[in-house]
Amino acid sequence: MNNKKLTQMPPSSFNITARILHWLMAAMILTMLFVGVGMMTSLTLRPWLLDLHIPLGVAVLLLVIVRLINRLTRPVPKLPGEMPGWQKYMATILHWVFYALMFALPLSGWAQLSAGGFPVRLYPGFHLPAILEQNPTSYALLHDSHRIMAWAFFFMIVGHLSAALIHGFIYRDNILQSMIGQKKPTDKSEEICSDQ
Amino acid sequence: MKKYFFPADSKKRKTGIRLAGIALTALLLVSAFAWSAGLIGQRNTTRTFLENTPDSFPAGYRRAHGKGICFEGTFHASGNAVPLSIAQVFGQKDVPAVGRFSLGTGNPHAPDNSSRTVSMALMLTSADGEQWRMKLNNKPFFGTRDAVGFLKQIEAFKPDPTTGKPKPEKVAAFLKEYPEAKKSMEYDAKAPWTKSFAGSEYYVINAFLLIDSNGKEHPVRWSMRPQAPFVSMSAEERKKAGPNYLFDELKKRLEKAPLYWDLVLTIAEPGDPVNDPSQQWPANRKQIIAGTLEVNRVFDQAEGGCRDINFDPTLVPKGIALSDDPVLAARAGIYSHSYNDRVREIGYGKATDAVGKPKKDNSQNK
Repeated sequence: MNNKKLTQMPPSSFNITARILHWLMAAMILTMLFVGVGMMTSLTLRPWLLDLHIPLGVAVLLLVIVRLINRLTRPVPKLPGEMPGWQKYMATILHWVFYALMFALPLSGWAQLSAGGFPVRLYPGFHLPAILEQNPTSYALLHDSHRIMAWAFFFMIVGHLSAALIHGFIYRDNILQSMIGQKKPTDKSEEICSDQ
Repeated sequence: MKKYFFPADSKKRKTGIRLAGIALTALLLVSAFAWSAGLIGQRNTTRTFLENTPDSFPAGYRRAHGKGICFEGTFHASGNAVPLSIAQVFGQKDVPAVGRFSLGTGNPHAPDNSSRTVSMALMLTSADGEQWRMKLNNKPFFGTRDAVGFLKQIEAFKPDPTTGKPKPEKVAAFLKEYPEAKKSMEYDAKAPWTKSFAGSEYYVINAFLLIDSNGKEHPVRWSMRPQAPFVSMSAEERKKAGPNYLFDELKKRLEKAPLYWDLVLTIAEPGDPVNDPSQQWPANRKQIIAGTLEVNRVFDQAEGGCRDINFDPTLVPKGIALSDDPVLAARAGIYSHSYNDRVREIGYGKATDAVGKPKKDNSQNK
């Protein structure tokens, strides 16, 4: 294959740090979203789910900092040239909205607990400090935004997953592979036509 | 390029199957999420417990035990519980306390003779920043062994619109499923009414685990036992009493002197039901006085203070852990909804008299 050419081009896949963080955080965030709605409904699991929600949320906040630094400092693969402009545009916007939500959700959760006067407990005996004064208006606003952002994030993740699967299994371009890490040539039009 | 979006005809069927698979994945994920959020399916959620709150419920008030008064005081630990728990609160001489006395009726404007149930809610914050929140009732046990039983009891005792009384067959079916509720009904029929918040003993109902310095767990329940004597009130007296007799009497007492309650820990023995709040433990269980609560001052909940605190009994300090009592876990979620609902009303300016504004401003307020 044309390895020589590839080294001069943008990478065909995200670097290993990005890929590990992507899949790790995907699992964590999906868990967080289910834990989040679950602890607002479950008759039996709320204390346990809350004890999971807070430290996991803090972990997401720490990891997204590493992830953002990696994203801004390392080269990333290009979207396939054949992809229509509007799709590229949407993908790029969604990409950065995801980053914004990965910061906004843990921070609004932390601020919400602070505004409600609740302990931000990572484990028994270890709390994070409050980042806001206790105040009913701040609590109400933060609680509502935390919830709305979480629901929006969930539906965007479902959309993102569906789009990735469509690219991987129907369009058969390099997009899904770029996050899985399989090295494939970027131009795949030949392969699509001659597939199976 | 030309084949990018539309695979050749021979592939169309395969593409269709793949698309269906992707759509199914997305659908499954959305359904699982909607189920977790209680939007689909028939399961009881913590939300179900607040569904009986009428639309006319005055904004900004607690959904249960709406009528109440805030208090401030100090908890003085005796040190006697230190061998049982590493919680700093048990070894600290003066722990700031904020709490609330309340009436068991939902309606925040109900007269004091509308409920036998009176409660104390309390939050102690020890010097290490750990909070201990609790919510105690003068009834020493819960009606049913689990939270769903509470819903079923309300449902079974709903008056039949034709007779105005509960349907006997529904009550019988409920008691067959939750026989322990009979004990609770007998208690409700016989137990004396209190003349004062000050002379009432307040019980935690649920069991907790104290954790000692070796990590050993000691299942306990506790109560706030008044140093003032209990005085009962006859039905006759209650009829004649003013609408706020309990709250007025409390204010009067505190103008003269502080009020005191001993925090009494009851230690379970092996085999005692730790996960069933409807079962009391035998009376001969070892008791320890962990300290004394001194209540100095009460103030209107419209001023804030206890109004904006969720006395969620599952928020306990290091050194105290939750038991597997199912009612305890359920309370956490139910309290959270009640708190979110009323804080939203306060935060978005919908509350009126709940925050000390004139009542008539709000058409919702009836």
